[in-house]
Amino acid sequence: MTLAVTVTHRFGDFALDASFASPGGLTALFGASGAGKTSLLRIVAGLVRPASGRVEVDGTVLLDTARRLCLPAHRRGVGYVFQEPRLLPHLSVRHNLGYGRWFSRRGGDPGEFGRVVELLDIGRLLERRPAALSGGEAQRVAIGRALLARPRLLLMDEPLASIDEPRKAEIIPYIERLRDGSRVPIVYVSHALDEIVRLATTLVVLEHGRVAAAGDLATVLGRVDLPILARRADAGVVLDVEVAAHEPRWQLTVLRCQAGLLHVPAIEAAAGSRRRIWVRARDVSLALSAPADSSILNQLPAQVVRLAASDGASVDVQLDCSGATLLARVTRLSAERLALRPGLAVQALVKGIAFERAE
Amino acid sequence: MLDFSPDELTAVRLSLRVALVAVAASLPLAIATAWLLARRRFPGVALLEGLVHLPLTLPPVVTGYLLLRLFGHNGVVGAFLERHLGLVFAFRWTGAALAAAVMGFPLLVRAIRLAIEQVDRRLEEAAATLGAAPPLVFATVTLPLAASGIVSGAVLAFARSMGEFGATITFVSNIPGETQTLATAIYLFTQVPGGDAAALRLAGLSIALSVAALVLSEWLDRRGRRKVTGR
Repeated sequence: MTLAVTVTHRFGDFALDASFASPGGLTALFGASGAGKTSLLRIVAGLVRPASGRVEVDGTVLLDTARRLCLPAHRRGVGYVFQEPRLLPHLSVRHNLGYGRWFSRRGGDPGEFGRVVELLDIGRLLERRPAALSGGEAQRVAIGRALLARPRLLLMDEPLASIDEPRKAEIIPYIERLRDGSRVPIVYVSHALDEIVRLATTLVVLEHGRVAAAGDLATVLGRVDLPILARRADAGVVLDVEVAAHEPRWQLTVLRCQAGLLHVPAIEAAAGSRRRIWVRARDVSLALSAPADSSILNQLPAQVVRLAASDGASVDVQLDCSGATLLARVTRLSAERLALRPGLAVQALVKGIAFERAE
Repeated sequence: MLDFSPDELTAVRLSLRVALVAVAASLPLAIATAWLLARRRFPGVALLEGLVHLPLTLPPVVTGYLLLRLFGHNGVVGAFLERHLGLVFAFRWTGAALAAAVMGFPLLVRAIRLAIEQVDRRLEEAAATLGAAPPLVFATVTLPLAASGIVSGAVLAFARSMGEFGATITFVSNIPGETQTLATAIYLFTQVPGGDAAALRLAGLSIALSVAALVLSEWLDRRGRRKVTGR
């Protein structure tokens, strides 16, 4: 379940020069529009032949310009879910789903069709024509079609971009099940941070055709030196936590993570179960010492790692909480009054926590 | 008015046969040419395009004369085909079909090319990522989605072939029962005394066939567009 991509290519006056590796799972490609995300996917899929590059999935080399190897798209076994569903309009949903299976040379599994149909909940759509489907339904069928071709790698190019919010909420759980249930690595393009926080295990940040950062989701999200992440209103980090205990008397749940203990309003989760939480920078304040008279329950000892460059009203501060990364957004005035600098010991006061997914 | 003489009926039947064979035989080549023009960029594309459209602008008599020189008994291609395949074009109905095919070819290619250009290339890309090799993409995506346009073009070319005159009469003359088609028969009737009634009858039939073909072609085209957009 490994993936290694190195590519250079020019499209007009846009240069793509990107390289990343991933241990599998769901690798999110994040960046502004025009950063080269879709171009990168098209090269991996074999729809564009790059000037030079190498693409390897699980030990199988799909492209290696140095060795003059470039498998055509239909022989790569790379599934592609496009921004729009691209279902074949002259075929029923059933035949669309079967289209890729028909060409798959990697042994059929008769139960697979039923499993995928069930996973994506598209059983009652099978006899319909694509024109009779809603956007969300069509995109689910497109995902199923790509899966049933038994790909060694699944590419998803903003699969939720053309879908309205309620439908998005409907599809995201399917993608989670896909990530957790199948052994196919996924590369997922998005410029929606909330999707990425919820879905990604590995994050690759693209800026102007180059990889600005790549690595484990929590690590990359915690960096304040990436303008595209740091300047966002919803900048923040994810933390993997374990449900430590419930306090029914106060209707609170205690979570344990590397950074320490956190109290949140009671959630329904068994003690010992794992969750991922999203702590936004704007929900974290800083104090030089632990305030004994504060109403804020969650106070974590931390150390300042670095401050983001800023000439605006606020500044993002990257913190090290016993090895875990946190971001705090404070005003520039406060940063100066507290004389925040790398190495300074502080208290991180966490005001709000969002839950992102069940592990 | 509508009691056609045996000779007239022979001419009508022959015309139908000539037009049908002309379209059926040129269809595969027309599809291949249209696909090249619609989907491929290659040096010489302008030359191919010009060549395909030449019969539209060339005087039909010139096309007929060139066919005679090439496919006649002493023509380079004609002599070769006659010796090796026993296929004779000169002064045979097959020659009339060849002339009709050449004259209808630009129309056929144009209609098919438009149909193929309307097929969303993104669907072809999707098919490729699902494992379909290019010939299979063509057979399972491009062709079905362009089918109505192709049939509509074929109907038009069929109607055009029914009325082919200049190249036909130059290449294979006007032999009753062998090369005398609807159009050449009408021409003959206008040249002989007392042929007016027959000429009028055949002209009426000609008009009816043309209108029917146009209506059918238009209907197929609309249906095809519905299918491509899925509505």
